[in-house]
Amino acid sequence: MFAQRLAPPSMFRTLPAFLMMAIVLPLLAGCGYNTIPTAEENAKAAWSEVLNQYQRRADLIPNLVETVKGYASHEKDTLDAVVEARAKATQITVTPETLKDPEALKKFQDAQAGLTSALSRLIAVSEAYPDLKANQNFLALQAQLEGTENRIAVARRDYIQAVKDYNLTLKTFPSVLWATFWFRSNQPFANFTIDDDKLQTPKVDFGTKQGG
Amino acid sequence: MGRNANLAFLALFLSFLFLPFTALAADLPALTGRVVDNAGIIDAATKAALTQKLADFETKGSDQIVVATINNLDGEEIEPYANRLFRFWKLGQAKENNGVLLLVAKDDHKMRIEVGYGLEGTLTDLHTKLIIENDLVPAFRAGDFSGGISKAVNDMIMVLEGNPEELVARGERNQQAPFNSDDLFFAVFISIWAIIFFGSIAVSVLPPIFGQKLGPGRYRWLGMTFEPHRRSSGGGWSSGSSGGGWSSGGGGGGFSGGGGSSGGGGSSGSW
Repeated sequence: MFAQRLAPPSMFRTLPAFLMMAIVLPLLAGCGYNTIPTAEENAKAAWSEVLNQYQRRADLIPNLVETVKGYASHEKDTLDAVVEARAKATQITVTPETLKDPEALKKFQDAQAGLTSALSRLIAVSEAYPDLKANQNFLALQAQLEGTENRIAVARRDYIQAVKDYNLTLKTFPSVLWATFWFRSNQPFANFTIDDDKLQTPKVDFGTKQGG
Repeated sequence: MGRNANLAFLALFLSFLFLPFTALAADLPALTGRVVDNAGIIDAATKAALTQKLADFETKGSDQIVVATINNLDGEEIEPYANRLFRFWKLGQAKENNGVLLLVAKDDHKMRIEVGYGLEGTLTDLHTKLIIENDLVPAFRAGDFSGGISKAVNDMIMVLEGNPEELVARGERNQQAPFNSDDLFFAVFISIWAIIFFGSIAVSVLPPIFGQKLGPGRYRWLGMTFEPHRRSSGGGWSSGSSGGGWSSGGGGGGFSGGGGSSGGGGSSGSW
């Protein structure tokens, strides 16, 4: 009896809390609570795509090496360099959890850049073998390799953009409020620096632009 | 007068709002049709035939093929340019990413076939390479742009049709484009959530305010007895019939991309 008489006041005391919850919970999404996790997941997804494309390139290499070996077996140094660079590159993996570490990303990037240059040497060497260049299998592998290199470039561009967006949410208003008060453990992700091979690309211009 | 001023202000405000988008897209050509011949190398008859052929092909399997020619790349590589253009035009259906862009840069003597994510498995890098080397390069060297491009388009369609079951299935999936099942699912989900969440709150809050008190924790409202802190005898009804958001597919008139994207599939060549 006594307890029953007490029940209504206690209900009225919890009522404001209920109302607050009803109003505040939907608003959380509206004020950008989701911004940081969304950007973080986007960046991680972009990274997965980068890894995916690098893996695709690594998968192509054994076949390519075998095909070239059949025609140009005495280019042993170049072939060995590719195999070695591939082994090195596939050893280093960067999981989304270690993306915060610029050192790990640097190592990954260096290993992949090593493989890129070894591969381009192999393709350059194979230019000297007309039989090899006419081989259908080699042609197919070369087309796939070119396609994969381009996909890597696209995936890297997307990753750079996604990381830029994510890092910005951690530093700019209003999402920086969430970063300081709630997502304290969120660290900016490391981004790619400009490729060494991109920096070294020689610009050859024989005035063909004007000549058409 | 006052209304005109308001309208002018609104227009100004909107133009500022959209300024970044137009500025960003300024250096890319507009998607004026299925054949965007900005370099003027395709003759009118071929252009009309290609447009018709590509439109027919899209109605069959929803794949969007677009031919674009430009004068020059302004120093950019063709691969990033083609990818930017592809994503700017959003070729292919949004969920299939089944677009293909054949780009020719006249002064740079370069061409590229950029394939959307969804078609990478069908129109492979090797296919595109072969189409470029066998159809485009010899014809372009002979100066026959229209012939080379029509041949390449025919071959691309042939490759894409070479997997007819897949093509038909993709077409069927995209026939019901106006009815978006995701939107409906979302609306139903929100409705159920709203009923549970706000309904229970309403049952506990409204009877004490509007109802007649029968005893401790018991209220009579709208002809029902509510006991918010025990098992309620009357449910909380709420009409949860908000229509799903239907988005209409592209109209008959202008041609526009379906929202697809590309991850850099395809291949490039030069002549």
